[in-house]
Amino acid sequence: MIFERGSPGRTSFFWPERREAPAEIPSRLLRREIPGFPEVGELEVMRHYTTLSQRNYAIERQFYPLGSCTMKYNPRLNEAVARLPGFAQLHPLAPAELIQGALELMHELESMLAEISGMDAVTLQPAAGAQGELTGLMIIRAYLSQKGNPRKKVIVPDTAHGTNPASSTLCGYDVLQIGSNERGMIEPGELERLMTEEAAALMITNPNTLGIFDENIQKIATVVHAKGGLVYLDGANMNALMGIAKPGDMGVDVLHINLHKTFSTPHGGGGPGAGPVAVKETLAEFLPVPRVVKTETGFSLDEDLPLSVGRVRSFFGNFGILVRAYAYIISLGADGLEDVSRTALLNANYLRKRLEGHFHLAYSEPCMHECVFTDRLQQKYGVHTLDIAKRLLDYGFHPPTVYFPLVVAGALMIEPTETETRETLDAFAEAMIAIAREAKENPELVKNAPYTTPVRRLDEARAARRPVLRWEEPRRDGDERQEGKA
Amino acid sequence: MRYTPHTEADRRQMLDAIGLSAIEEVFAHVPEELRARARIRLAEGLSEVQVKKRLSALAARNATPGEWSFFLGAGIYHHFIPSTVDAIISRGEFATSYTPYQPEVSQGTLQAIYEFQTLWCQLTGMEVANAGLYDGASAAAEAVLMARRVQQGRRRIVLSRALHPQYRSVISTYLKNLPGVELIEAGFDETGASDAEALARAVDDRTICVVVGYPNFFGVIEDLAPVQELCSRHGSLLIAVTTEALSLGLLKPPGEWGADIAAGEGQSLGVPMSLGGPGYGFFACRKKFLRSMPGRVVGETVDSEGRRGFVLTLSTREQHIRREKATSNICTNQNLCGLASTVFMATLGKSGLRRLAEINAAVAHETCARLVREAGLTRLFAGPFFNEFVLRVDDLEQRLSRLRADKIIAGLPLARWYPELRDSLLVCVTEMNEREEIEQLVKSLTRR
Repeated sequence: MIFERGSPGRTSFFWPERREAPAEIPSRLLRREIPGFPEVGELEVMRHYTTLSQRNYAIERQFYPLGSCTMKYNPRLNEAVARLPGFAQLHPLAPAELIQGALELMHELESMLAEISGMDAVTLQPAAGAQGELTGLMIIRAYLSQKGNPRKKVIVPDTAHGTNPASSTLCGYDVLQIGSNERGMIEPGELERLMTEEAAALMITNPNTLGIFDENIQKIATVVHAKGGLVYLDGANMNALMGIAKPGDMGVDVLHINLHKTFSTPHGGGGPGAGPVAVKETLAEFLPVPRVVKTETGFSLDEDLPLSVGRVRSFFGNFGILVRAYAYIISLGADGLEDVSRTALLNANYLRKRLEGHFHLAYSEPCMHECVFTDRLQQKYGVHTLDIAKRLLDYGFHPPTVYFPLVVAGALMIEPTETETRETLDAFAEAMIAIAREAKENPELVKNAPYTTPVRRLDEARAARRPVLRWEEPRRDGDERQEGKA
Repeated sequence: MRYTPHTEADRRQMLDAIGLSAIEEVFAHVPEELRARARIRLAEGLSEVQVKKRLSALAARNATPGEWSFFLGAGIYHHFIPSTVDAIISRGEFATSYTPYQPEVSQGTLQAIYEFQTLWCQLTGMEVANAGLYDGASAAAEAVLMARRVQQGRRRIVLSRALHPQYRSVISTYLKNLPGVELIEAGFDETGASDAEALARAVDDRTICVVVGYPNFFGVIEDLAPVQELCSRHGSLLIAVTTEALSLGLLKPPGEWGADIAAGEGQSLGVPMSLGGPGYGFFACRKKFLRSMPGRVVGETVDSEGRRGFVLTLSTREQHIRREKATSNICTNQNLCGLASTVFMATLGKSGLRRLAEINAAVAHETCARLVREAGLTRLFAGPFFNEFVLRVDDLEQRLSRLRADKIIAGLPLARWYPELRDSLLVCVTEMNEREEIEQLVKSLTRR
């Protein structure tokens, strides 16, 4: 812990000039020193955080088959260009004529994303997928309100990411859940029953979180449109679609795209990402402000859109992430992007084939970029999905996404992405198969895993029951909180 | 292909193993008319050298500090970033890891977040902090949403007009579709602080919360004592929103003023300006609101051998568990920017952070005094400020364009956001503005 290192008075800040706080600021507005704040040297800082980094799993260390997360390689080239001073040191309130390169990049990225997704207009402002969802739903709401009635509900499949219903609530809608049929798809008949003039939209993920492409998508869109609703596509699984099918052709009216998934920007341990929203022409006037527009002499910013939903974030969104995604798209070009999706499908189907028989496959439908297994074959030995996940850590692999989607009991959701070699996929498959064997022959071994990680299974119940969310200076008198500290 | 490593032989063997002759067979069930239209019409791929050239050409068409003199703040600040910061956040172990859902192999990220939460508690004087949100504006909006959750039955939300205009926009966007909410703005006085009488008129017993900038959009350090008193008289929550996080190295923290929530933008502390993003939103509050908080939280626990370890906790608030009943829809946040700030704060440390804040306040005051004395300009507001201040400048647009010819961006004209503040310029001076730049600014603004 950085707070447990160092010594009072130590600092690694060096600035020759020493200045006092101006007398014009009344002393009652000033703080005393910050109790407990770090006092360490620069080498201590580097050692501390380098050591912490070594306690992390990462895509640059090993395979990361997290379903619906698209943990592909994050090209170092993109990191290098995002750090160019002409991008990293831009002030967002500089006059438009001084940020022409940035505006051109954004304008071009918007049209590239529109082309890839088959949509007409794009906003780059949302900071992440969930903010993109909220923005997209606000656009739908604004559009329907203008037509006279914002409506009351949003229909969300039971396989959807949790952000879908959460975003619907935040947009003032009630959530109406629709179940999946035995093939993991939406039943058009069931949708026809639920889709009334109370429903503003259907939020659909396609391919869905089972890795299944809903081949009825056009029929589904027709049902929604017939009742005056709109179709929202969660683009989290866009990595399966490039060059294979465009959402814009499926009847989708609004979608968001996770640049930190399909377009390779690094996850950073949980962000920053970016969640651009693409819409059909009829919805373009509802997009957030400002919009980047091309003029005769260059690019400018348009704040004056009376029907816009407004602003969802300050300035222009996560610009640094946009630079990375732009670099990725122009690096790969059309052929490269199409190859991405085809290879992602190849890898997922290869793993599916290799694991079939060793683990229970949740659905027999062909899979796209990810596939879902379960722990059904291992349950009879008392081994569950969580145990399999933890045992994988001992084999040096990050587990798949577990217990999601919620409709599959004990789900193990595997998305290998296109950037892995066949050797890596084989090694992962062999580890999984070895664990299936261990579950049968020595279940206790699996149930007590992991053994080789920096820490072993953590007591999550204790963390939630007695939340300790910050470091505090140890008390001298045998504070009970100290008991666990080694 | 770039980044897809398979050889032709690999592909062949894999297809054979699956029992296919071409990968297209896997998606044969995708309707024909979709497949037929799916080709992407974009240029061919570029080499690394070509990509760098293209991006460098775009970057070269943007003005950066160094080449230009910038006196712009207003929510994004140009500050010193020690080299330790990029060295750590560039490490693949941090940059290319996922959200720490498997704690046994994510202790690096988890402990760093725990330290981040602690640092923000210390800096704001609050009891608990989360792992961060998207940006200052959405953090302010989330603060208002949380206040609404814990103050059920009330409906009014009062925003100071001296709060950052984009923050007010985002709050209004977030609230627009929620029932039973009334958004009211209260003006500012001649000191540039929120007008006490306007606030008193606006706040009643049905008021959920009052949101004020600290320092506010005009750079003014508001005395929060009267606002706090007003809030507690009506049972309303006080939300203090900070856009210039470095100021908290010097100013009395929101917690000591009795604020219930402190939120804002963390970019100042170790994150490059990058056209305003990515930075991150910070969010801290009273412990009693813990279970209503938005966003991820890391907690301390022990492993099966009793060793200290960290996990994501209290996730029953979050969307992946609670779905439509979650406290927020946020999932991905801005974690790596939070790590940048953690390393920044650790490197500067207790005394360094204060000294950097003092330098900012000192150079800004000195520049302001010279602009008044030597250039004959007047300060629009009398209130105390940190590193930003508002000047009255006659013929503002004309003079700004003349300064631009000398590669000086003297500040932000306020009329765009405050039509009543014509000929007013918000000027920000930080430790990165060199002496010569300041000389030049004073000289250029002095009428000859």
